[in-house]
Amino acid sequence: MYNGGKIIAGLVIFLGLVTFPIYYSVGKANPHPSPSLDTPAINQMKVKHCVESRSFMRANHMRLLRGWMQTVLSGKGCVYVSSTGEKYDMSWDTCWNCHSSKKQFCDRCHQYMAVDLPCWKCHSEPNT
Amino acid sequence: MKALLPFLAVVFLVLLVIAGVKAAGLYFIFGVLVPYAAAAAFLLGFVYRVVKWGKTPVPFHIPTTCGQQKSLSWIKPNGIENPSGTGGVVIRMLLEVLLFRSLFKNRKTKMKGEYLVYGWAPWLWLAGMAFHWSFLLIVIRHLRFFFQSVPAAVQSLEHLDSILNWGVPALYITDVIFLVAVTYLFLRRVTLSQMKAISLPADFFPLFLLLGIGTSGVLMRYQTRVDVVGVKELVMGLVSLHPSVVSGIGTIFYVHLFLISALFAYFPWSKLVHAGGVFLSPTRNLSNNSRVARHVNPWSYPVKVHTYEEYEDDFREKMKMAGVPVERE
Amino acid sequence: MAKEPIKEELLQSISYKAPKTFWMDTPAQIKPGMFCWGAKAKSLNVVGMPNARDWNPLDEDWKLPENWQEILIEGLRERLDKYRSLRLFLDICVRCGACADKCHFYIGTGDPKNMPVVRGELMRSIYRKYFTTPGKVFGKLAGARELDLQVLKEWWTYFFQCTECRRCSVFCPYGIDHAEITIAGRELLNLLGLNIEWIQGPVSNCYMKGNHLGLEPQTIVSNVEFMVDDIETLTGIRINPTFNRKGAEILFVTPSGDLFADPGTYTCMGYLMLFHELGLDYTWSTYASEGGNFGFFTSNEMAKRLNSKIYAEAKRLGVKWILGGECGHMWRLVHQYMDTWNGPAGFLEVPKSPITGTVFDNAKSTKMTHIIEFTADLIKHGKLKLDPSRNDHLKVTFHDSCNTARGMGVFEEPRHVLKNICRNFYEMPRETIKEQTFCCGSGSGLNAGEDMELRLRGGLARANAVKYVHDKHGVNMLANICAIDRASLTTSMNYWVPGVTVAGVHELVANALVMTGEKKRETDLRGEPLPAPEDQTSVSARAVAQPEGEKAGGEANV
Repeated sequence: MYNGGKIIAGLVIFLGLVTFPIYYSVGKANPHPSPSLDTPAINQMKVKHCVESRSFMRANHMRLLRGWMQTVLSGKGCVYVSSTGEKYDMSWDTCWNCHSSKKQFCDRCHQYMAVDLPCWKCHSEPNT
Repeated sequence: MKALLPFLAVVFLVLLVIAGVKAAGLYFIFGVLVPYAAAAAFLLGFVYRVVKWGKTPVPFHIPTTCGQQKSLSWIKPNGIENPSGTGGVVIRMLLEVLLFRSLFKNRKTKMKGEYLVYGWAPWLWLAGMAFHWSFLLIVIRHLRFFFQSVPAAVQSLEHLDSILNWGVPALYITDVIFLVAVTYLFLRRVTLSQMKAISLPADFFPLFLLLGIGTSGVLMRYQTRVDVVGVKELVMGLVSLHPSVVSGIGTIFYVHLFLISALFAYFPWSKLVHAGGVFLSPTRNLSNNSRVARHVNPWSYPVKVHTYEEYEDDFREKMKMAGVPVERE
Repeated sequence: MAKEPIKEELLQSISYKAPKTFWMDTPAQIKPGMFCWGAKAKSLNVVGMPNARDWNPLDEDWKLPENWQEILIEGLRERLDKYRSLRLFLDICVRCGACADKCHFYIGTGDPKNMPVVRGELMRSIYRKYFTTPGKVFGKLAGARELDLQVLKEWWTYFFQCTECRRCSVFCPYGIDHAEITIAGRELLNLLGLNIEWIQGPVSNCYMKGNHLGLEPQTIVSNVEFMVDDIETLTGIRINPTFNRKGAEILFVTPSGDLFADPGTYTCMGYLMLFHELGLDYTWSTYASEGGNFGFFTSNEMAKRLNSKIYAEAKRLGVKWILGGECGHMWRLVHQYMDTWNGPAGFLEVPKSPITGTVFDNAKSTKMTHIIEFTADLIKHGKLKLDPSRNDHLKVTFHDSCNTARGMGVFEEPRHVLKNICRNFYEMPRETIKEQTFCCGSGSGLNAGEDMELRLRGGLARANAVKYVHDKHGVNMLANICAIDRASLTTSMNYWVPGVTVAGVHELVANALVMTGEKKRETDLRGEPLPAPEDQTSVSARAVAQPEGEKAGGEANV
């Protein structure tokens, strides 16, 4: 008694499941989220820079914003001094001034990563 | 000693990958080649192991019966613990695989005064369930890195997992359960006398790998952040078979990835194959119907027997004296 | 027989704290009282087993063939390719430890090598070394080790300290059954002539004479005659069993132990009385005069060779079906192996009770029915006149035999019978009955005299549960449906729980059975006076008058 049929069926199901992402994605376009930096404010900047370095912002922007929120709410001021010594207002407007389109910027990566944000429960989105 | 060497082995793996990417910049090796090699070793190895078991016959019908058999019409059989048909076997196997039913029966034997007592001992079962299920949920959660548009089910699971809404980013419950369970599974091996006596290096190595994977993952999410968009780009490159090196992802991600690769590559060649083996266990996956339907042994061969004729030749006179009928006078 | 150890000393010697040294670094000790003598040349020769010579396990030199390692490794290779169970169980154990304290030998010795998981590791370590890449490359680090003489002696010691009871497999999350490991281990040892005489002797007897005890046909007949005389003294009824009778409807096969010594003989008298009362058209066989099969504790092939006689004799005699007596491993084999080995038994008919008309569909292919199924059916249909008050001097508990429990699932049939033939029935604790039952400590051919300490240690777990109901309810009778139990539990009870006797269920059936035309019974089958008559008449009248109905059946199912 071997039950070969059942074993092969089981293996096929198993392999099908674990390799599903591969044959689901293979051959399909794999667009990068590429958040757009094409806004008037950014275009006007001579040296393009955010409040912190690009790589820091990519990994840590949500913690930075969370930190701002906590600082402001606890009444400890509302000025952020960046690692390079520049001062920024701890406000969404600081972001919106440059990243004027939520759709073109925030949503690109957040949708790509399927991140669901609680930000807009309280804060309003920029008008553009 | 049995725990130390596997621990050092995992530490070595961590140092290796740190040196590889941070010092030598071998992103292609650790970001592309190693994951591919590990996936291949896992898939081929797993198939090899299962096929090898499959090619070995089950010569006899040996279910372990843990309930009343189906015999007389008025006696209620236990169709799950002692299945008489395929349906019962399927339920028994599902309970075994999904809920570790046999392990749930575990009791601790102790001498208490004059009597042996069998105390409630759910901890191994609980830790086993906690580890396996949290691991599975964590793997499913990671599918957001594997699909361009993330399936809704994965998103719902993620919501549920972070429902406590502690911290930013929100704490995953499964992360905590996973680390606690694996830690418990490790601690029992180094503290319980019986477990110390039976544990081998091969029992500690996967535990340390899992702890390393869990710790690096947790650090990556809650402490040393990495660029997750870059991570997803790397993973999508891998699964769409268009791999590319993505720059700017933190080293800790490569530690995480390398330890996962090590676990998967190690999987088929170790005790971890129990994941596939449990389905093939002949004491569990056979119905108790061996008196109803004949089980065929494919390698059965004729054997030398002592025939009745030979027996009668040996004892004919004695049989006749005792009044036992004989074939030949 | 080895000197019996002192009870208190034995108990104090058991510690579940593992020693500091790793088991692999602890050589096995072959200790008097804990092992059985080696198989003799003449016993091995009868059945043509290899390396037949006289040898002594206590000697340094076991007179092994020059290339014994090669024989063992090649033997293991062959079995890995033949038994999925073996290969799988060697591959997938994670050493979770759930089985560790489930083994009666571990409970009774505290020896780590009697943890089922370590018993598996004894073979697994060799398997790794010679059959797996990690084992070949990393050696001890991967849990592998060389097969040397020390390992061989360890195998011999511990594969003969396992009774193949399968209790470990109940708790294993993958169903790993260490009986499968022990079975393979003993087969391999047998390739080197390393059986024990207590198994090999009965095997050669059974091969030549048809039963383990080597009873020749005239002895079987005269032993049964003795019982028939006793029955006549007891009941005034003379019964005339037949032997090797062609054309009988049923062939009856039971372990030869039932024909030989008490308390088995009382069970046998029970069968004789029951069959007579039913007027059953059945025959005994002197050729197939063994239900048990010590061949199974030797090798699969040997088991098949011995088992072949049952179907062969059924065919020769032209019976319609086979009825099997009370026995443990016999029934594991009849149920799970016989049809595969020596079937299909197309020449037989599906068993049908001539008394009740019940067709035993659960034996549709094998055509062999367990007597406890047969009797439970009789009682359910009210076909037996029973006077349970005749068992009122007994407070009964039931020991599930490992094999009928975990290899069949015979739980409610004996309980139904017992609850209808005696009025004082008490269950032992849940963790010690049914699928969790403990071995008597002497199964799988270990019921010798020289390994008495091992047997008593192995019997502790079962005996302790009996002691519990003995202390709590005054239980004085341990009923069972196994011939080895009847012999070995008697020894175990005398040592651990004095005051408890042991009987087959059918002895108690015969106590209660009101036979047509019998004289007033003064004693039970053992010659013990029956309880006071005034109790007896009132109760018996009620019991006899009350037909076996749904209510009693329901109670029995509890």
